[in-house]
Amino acid sequence: MSQPEMDAQAGEGTGVASQTDAPVSTEGPSYLTVTKTFSSWAFTLDHKRIGVMYLIGVLFMFLLGGMFALLVRTELFSPLAILTPFFADTAEAQADLYNRWFTTHGAIMVFLVIIPGVPAALGNFVLPLLLGAKDVAFPRLNLGSFYLWVIGALFFVYVLFSGGLDTGWTFYTPYSAESGTAVIPALVGVFILGFSSIFTGLNFIVTIHKMRPPGMTWFKMPLFLWATYSTAVMQVLATPVLGITLLLLLLERTLGIGIFDPRNGGDPVLFQHFFWFYSHPAVYIMIVPPMGIVSELIAVHSHKRIFGYTYIAFSSVSIAIFSFLVWGHHMFTSGQSTTMNIIFSGITFSVGIPSAIKVFNWIATMYKGALSLNTSMLYGISFIFLFTIGGLTGLFCAVLSIDTHIHDTYFIVAHFHYVMMGSGLIAFVGGLHHWWPKMTGKMFSEFWGRIACTLVFVGFNLTFIPQFVMGSLGMPRRYYTYADKFEGYHQLSTIGSYVMAAGFFLTAFYLIQSLVSGKKAPVNPWGGNSLEWHTASPPPLENFHNVPDATDPYDYENLEYDAATGNYETKKVS
Amino acid sequence: MSGDAHQEQSNQQAEHGDGHGHSPYQAHHFDTMQQQFEAGKLGMWLFLATEVLLFGGLFCFYTVTKSNNPELFKWGHHFLDKRWGATNTMVLLFSSLTMALAVREAQLGRKNRILFYLTVTLLCGGGFMGIKYIEYSKKFHEGLFPGQHFAYENVIDAEQVRDQQQEADRLALADLAIPAATVVSDTPKASGQVAQPASPPAGLSPAAGDLEHGGGNSAEHSTSGDDHAPGLAIDPSHLPPGARPANAHVFFSIYFCLTGLHGIHVLIGMGVMIWLMVLAQQGRFGPGYFTPVDLGGLYWHLVDLIWIYLFPLLYLVE
Repeated sequence: MSQPEMDAQAGEGTGVASQTDAPVSTEGPSYLTVTKTFSSWAFTLDHKRIGVMYLIGVLFMFLLGGMFALLVRTELFSPLAILTPFFADTAEAQADLYNRWFTTHGAIMVFLVIIPGVPAALGNFVLPLLLGAKDVAFPRLNLGSFYLWVIGALFFVYVLFSGGLDTGWTFYTPYSAESGTAVIPALVGVFILGFSSIFTGLNFIVTIHKMRPPGMTWFKMPLFLWATYSTAVMQVLATPVLGITLLLLLLERTLGIGIFDPRNGGDPVLFQHFFWFYSHPAVYIMIVPPMGIVSELIAVHSHKRIFGYTYIAFSSVSIAIFSFLVWGHHMFTSGQSTTMNIIFSGITFSVGIPSAIKVFNWIATMYKGALSLNTSMLYGISFIFLFTIGGLTGLFCAVLSIDTHIHDTYFIVAHFHYVMMGSGLIAFVGGLHHWWPKMTGKMFSEFWGRIACTLVFVGFNLTFIPQFVMGSLGMPRRYYTYADKFEGYHQLSTIGSYVMAAGFFLTAFYLIQSLVSGKKAPVNPWGGNSLEWHTASPPPLENFHNVPDATDPYDYENLEYDAATGNYETKKVS
Repeated sequence: MSGDAHQEQSNQQAEHGDGHGHSPYQAHHFDTMQQQFEAGKLGMWLFLATEVLLFGGLFCFYTVTKSNNPELFKWGHHFLDKRWGATNTMVLLFSSLTMALAVREAQLGRKNRILFYLTVTLLCGGGFMGIKYIEYSKKFHEGLFPGQHFAYENVIDAEQVRDQQQEADRLALADLAIPAATVVSDTPKASGQVAQPASPPAGLSPAAGDLEHGGGNSAEHSTSGDDHAPGLAIDPSHLPPGARPANAHVFFSIYFCLTGLHGIHVLIGMGVMIWLMVLAQQGRFGPGYFTPVDLGGLYWHLVDLIWIYLFPLLYLVE
């Protein structure tokens, strides 16, 4: 046992040590270089390598889903058929093709990108580091969960090559029971992805419960862990319901068991209840971890203690609890009873409270902070702006009378894109930049990073603000053509999507370039104080050369910037 | 890796004394065996929570159908044999006892007794599946399939088929110079009637009972010289209590979904038993390390518990 560890042991009773005094050792191979064979990656039990493999997979799927988004937007540039005639002859086949494109876009983005994006890719990498642990509690389960994700993704690739899917990502019955497209492989794929998600969540809950370092009590954890924990609870409790729902839908389609299809004595609205009982928590599975990332980004890059720590922590938990009680707001117009509608509407409004608490706390954290407006911080600020719009428009949708008017219009499309993409994915990209030096040991170009972030932010708003307007004017979602009066809005929206795509391609370019010729990253390039900034960049195989004692993650007082190394170092106490 | 900080001395060190400073079963990322055991146990409880929610979807299917269409259950449950169901309940309860005893013996490290109790548990699981096989074959034989494949017919709900049947029978029997069976159209049992008649209702001959369950095919059967001896005909006490309700197949969908998913879990549990027996054979378990038996036991008890709910909900519903 080394000397600093002994000291840490001795200091355990006194609570949280503000700094680990020993300089971080950057010697020895990192997790990236310790072994180099293919099988050392394919069968690795190291959470960092699994996180990196997830990240590569998720980014590849993001590219695929994004391509379909561009196909959809290009097709909608004009009410006339633009792209589909290249692939289909009759008008009906062209419309069918459009249905497949938006379904593929939605299903890939939801099940393969956003749900696993933050928890499985970034979370896997960062969570044990934040805890000062060597790994997650069940490393083999973690690897298994990654391969389940791969198998699920392969099912989706199979779906693409076997005629696509045209049910929408929601698989609503009775259409999904009779659609001629590849519904069954898609259902099996999502079922498998669900188990991947369950195992990740289970792993994280146990890791956070049982592997916190000495001195790290629940309320001394970084807020990202609170968010991940809340998410993991939702993943574990909601996803099995999706699993059984998809299994029942599969049996309805193959055997006609009479649960969801009215022709066999079933009830299609029951499917909607089953589906949204999972999928509303799933929306929060997509947004709560990004909120956790933003809590870290804002505090670190403002160099100021997070404001209202306990409130942010509890707001994550309360969002997780509310998530199970609001699924009915997807069925306001599906023939649900008025009493139910009123109850669900009321609970839905309540979700605004914890969400707003978070937003106010982030703003209060920035207030009088020393803001470093680097790329990750710009993404963090974009998140606050876009999430505020996404959240507030969600309240419109929760009003029964207004929802009757705007349900199934582009207003809804714009609303959930503001939440899932404008918030979820933007924070994912922000977190990716934040932890990129730690993951790869390389610094990316801040100049191009800021330009790309600006392009994405402008492009995003240009894409979706027109959709709010045309949705409120009555443009229904999922149509492949539209009335002429909407043409201007659709064209703005399509141009916006191109700008956004340019931003993302630029990001991909400079990130890859940084791998090749980026500057070597210091231990602590941003001035964070949570435990991942107390180990080498990239970290060694078992994360820490010396097992660290807990730090106060939001205490930045003792850090000062060293311009020569680009590193934040502990102030010398004289 | 050898530089791991073993900050606390684990209780198990002395027992194993492998000179490496900790139990050979301790994974490198845990500090103590205690931490590893607690992590495993918490993980298992969470997994059981997901199992409960998985079945929860099916119980929800059950509840919604039961409240919207109670007549399906009133009609359908008559086809389930309470005696087999009760036997299976006892079998599983007994296997839970032997499983708990196996955990106890694993904690004490008595290898032969662990193996004995695990074997008994495995056999009980096998017995349960055997009885389920008997029950399922009877359902399939009667045409009580789930969903679109539902093929059950009887005199009550297929008047026309029965008339044709009678006619065909009469001709067939006349050809064989046997006095024609007097087939009386049996009135449906009064709904809510609890007591099952021990003997066929007056006027209902064994041949009629056979007719009842032969379905559309029975015309063929009768003319081609009845495959089923009258003794094998379905016991008239199992006649449904009234006219077949619309979508009667949904009850059997629920029955097969619930018992099928449960059966898959029993099979998985039996696989776990075999795996535990291999580990026990290698002498792995003792006071310092019995996590797999403990967790396997938790899983087995949950599977048992689900059956405890399935039995009354499906077999005893009235």
